[in-house]
Amino acid sequence: MQTSPPAPTDTEISALIDRHLHLEGPLLPILHAIQAAFGHVPANAVPMIASALNIGRAEVHGVLSFYHDFREVPAGRHVVKICRSEACQAVGAAALAEETLARLGIAWHGTTANGAVTIEPVYCLGLCACGPAAMVDDKVVGRVDRARMDALLREVGA
Amino acid sequence: MKIFVPLDSAAKALGADEVADAIAAEAARRGMAVELVRNGTRGMIWLEPLVEIDSGAGRQAFGPVTPADVPALLDGTLPGLGPVADIPFFARQTRLTFARCGLIDPLDLRDYAAHGGLVGLKRALGMSSDAIVKEVTDSGLRGRGGAGFPTGIKWNTVLGAQADQKYIVCNADEGDSGTFADRMIMEGDPFSLIEGMIIAGVGVGATRGYVYLRSEYPDAIKVMNKAVQVARDAGVLGADVLGSGRAFDMEIRVGAGAYVCGEETSLLNSLEGKRGVVRAKPPLPAIEGFLGKPTVVNNVISLATVPVIFEKGAAFYADFGLGRSRGTVTLQIAGNVARGGLFETAFGMTLGELVNDVAGGTASGRPVKAVQVGGPLGAYMPVSKFDTPLGYEDFDAAGGLIGHAGLVVFDDTADMLGLARFAMEFCAVESCGKCTPCRIGAVRGVETIDRIRHGDAAAIPLLTDLCETMKDGSLCALGGFTPFPVMSALTHFPDEFATAKEAAE
Repeated sequence: MQTSPPAPTDTEISALIDRHLHLEGPLLPILHAIQAAFGHVPANAVPMIASALNIGRAEVHGVLSFYHDFREVPAGRHVVKICRSEACQAVGAAALAEETLARLGIAWHGTTANGAVTIEPVYCLGLCACGPAAMVDDKVVGRVDRARMDALLREVGA
Repeated sequence: MKIFVPLDSAAKALGADEVADAIAAEAARRGMAVELVRNGTRGMIWLEPLVEIDSGAGRQAFGPVTPADVPALLDGTLPGLGPVADIPFFARQTRLTFARCGLIDPLDLRDYAAHGGLVGLKRALGMSSDAIVKEVTDSGLRGRGGAGFPTGIKWNTVLGAQADQKYIVCNADEGDSGTFADRMIMEGDPFSLIEGMIIAGVGVGATRGYVYLRSEYPDAIKVMNKAVQVARDAGVLGADVLGSGRAFDMEIRVGAGAYVCGEETSLLNSLEGKRGVVRAKPPLPAIEGFLGKPTVVNNVISLATVPVIFEKGAAFYADFGLGRSRGTVTLQIAGNVARGGLFETAFGMTLGELVNDVAGGTASGRPVKAVQVGGPLGAYMPVSKFDTPLGYEDFDAAGGLIGHAGLVVFDDTADMLGLARFAMEFCAVESCGKCTPCRIGAVRGVETIDRIRHGDAAAIPLLTDLCETMKDGSLCALGGFTPFPVMSALTHFPDEFATAKEAAE
């Protein structure tokens, strides 16, 4: 994930699309691949996907906007997901999230001014017996208290 | 010397990787010959990272272990827990589905086979389709994803459907808060799921399978992808399953953060590359499922339980349980709890015994106030209902549901009105938008609960009425069951909805 990535070229996007065309139901794998490569699904990808799959652009946009995972603009350099679910709430996740957002001066889905971190809510990471849980990019963290969260945020440069 | 350090996400979240690194470094420094195995978790999350050492006289457990404990661990001076099987929480369990989880190296197919793996598949490959489906029916296995539908009946429908292609789809979109059994088995014993899917495929005549795995589980995705490759390389998956002449292959597909895709019809739409919008039933997915073809959609635990049923026989499995709830239930104890983790046991234990006795009450040491059973769409069970036995029908009669068998424990500081509001807020965020009572009702539900919080008692009957409408007017469980947590909070903790009024006055 980067703040100012070079705009992905049509050739790069089309290579990623082609790689998945043999699949049954290729749209989600294509969107995941594009997002993994560029940190978001750029606008110029939408008509290309539509044409490759012989579906409408509206259909691609509908799918892209339906799922929480897909981004139409890049996130910060790191994404910290904080679990909001009941099991984590039972051990103080709501207060932890509130304090974290307040400390960074952002709302859910917001990115810090220096572009280092985007904070996202997540509804369950399957770490329900060791909450409050969080995920820093792809790394899971359990029993996150305020001090632990501060350390995590420092590590990612928030 | 063999040392086992779990690779399970919960263990990693509590520092297992750092402990494994410290063991490797310390062993290298000492010139010790150590074989480090990354196993699954034994399911006792409060003891993670739980390290086991086998110096030739059986595995001895230690935990929770920190990197600072490693020198003492290797010296043999760190106080231990003894063999895992002797830890009371573990000793009380009946492990059928999770028998191998934590015991073996998850990606070592020989280790899997040495512990009963593939025995069930080999038996199934010598049986007729009808006999395979009958075995599952006779076992009494019911869908462990939440609905509790008899698995054999579902398989029989797909078996009877005529089509050029049928599919096995595994629902691994385990989005319910308080549940992690699917994740644990996929990370700790992935071949059991793969074996179960192959048996399902052979049974109903499906040659292709998909695991729809949620993106929130990056570790499980990695393990499952590797396991599929290992199984393919070993001829367990492919055009000629174990030399039987039968074909079955499968793929792992990653979800994209939509809770509603745990509902089977929206999962199928998502798998096809569409928005995860719920489909009306009929047609059942068993008749018109993935790409319009007959499809078995089963939960991870249901499918991962199939191998042990074929290994030990339907009667062996059906022998466990209570009434029409046969076999074992893989309970997940979570939230504010002293001993949280996975507890597999025959159906029939009471909720109170589980929460107070097995799990040791709350982690905070405060009294238990409520237990939410069955995920975010499950009811809040007050302590007065602790005598309810864990069985599908028993919970239904008590106004709750077992669902995917997750239990979230709350202490007396829990804000029940706040939790009811959260249930509505969650429904609003995750609604697929198809049914109006869910899409709009959930938003109005949040507003109505806010009115109650601000002292408007007239809003209480409105909330009750709204819940009725959502229950009756939604196609799937998201809109249809969100009233469960809301109404159970209102019914069992009416003071919290009334005191809000007094506070305002």
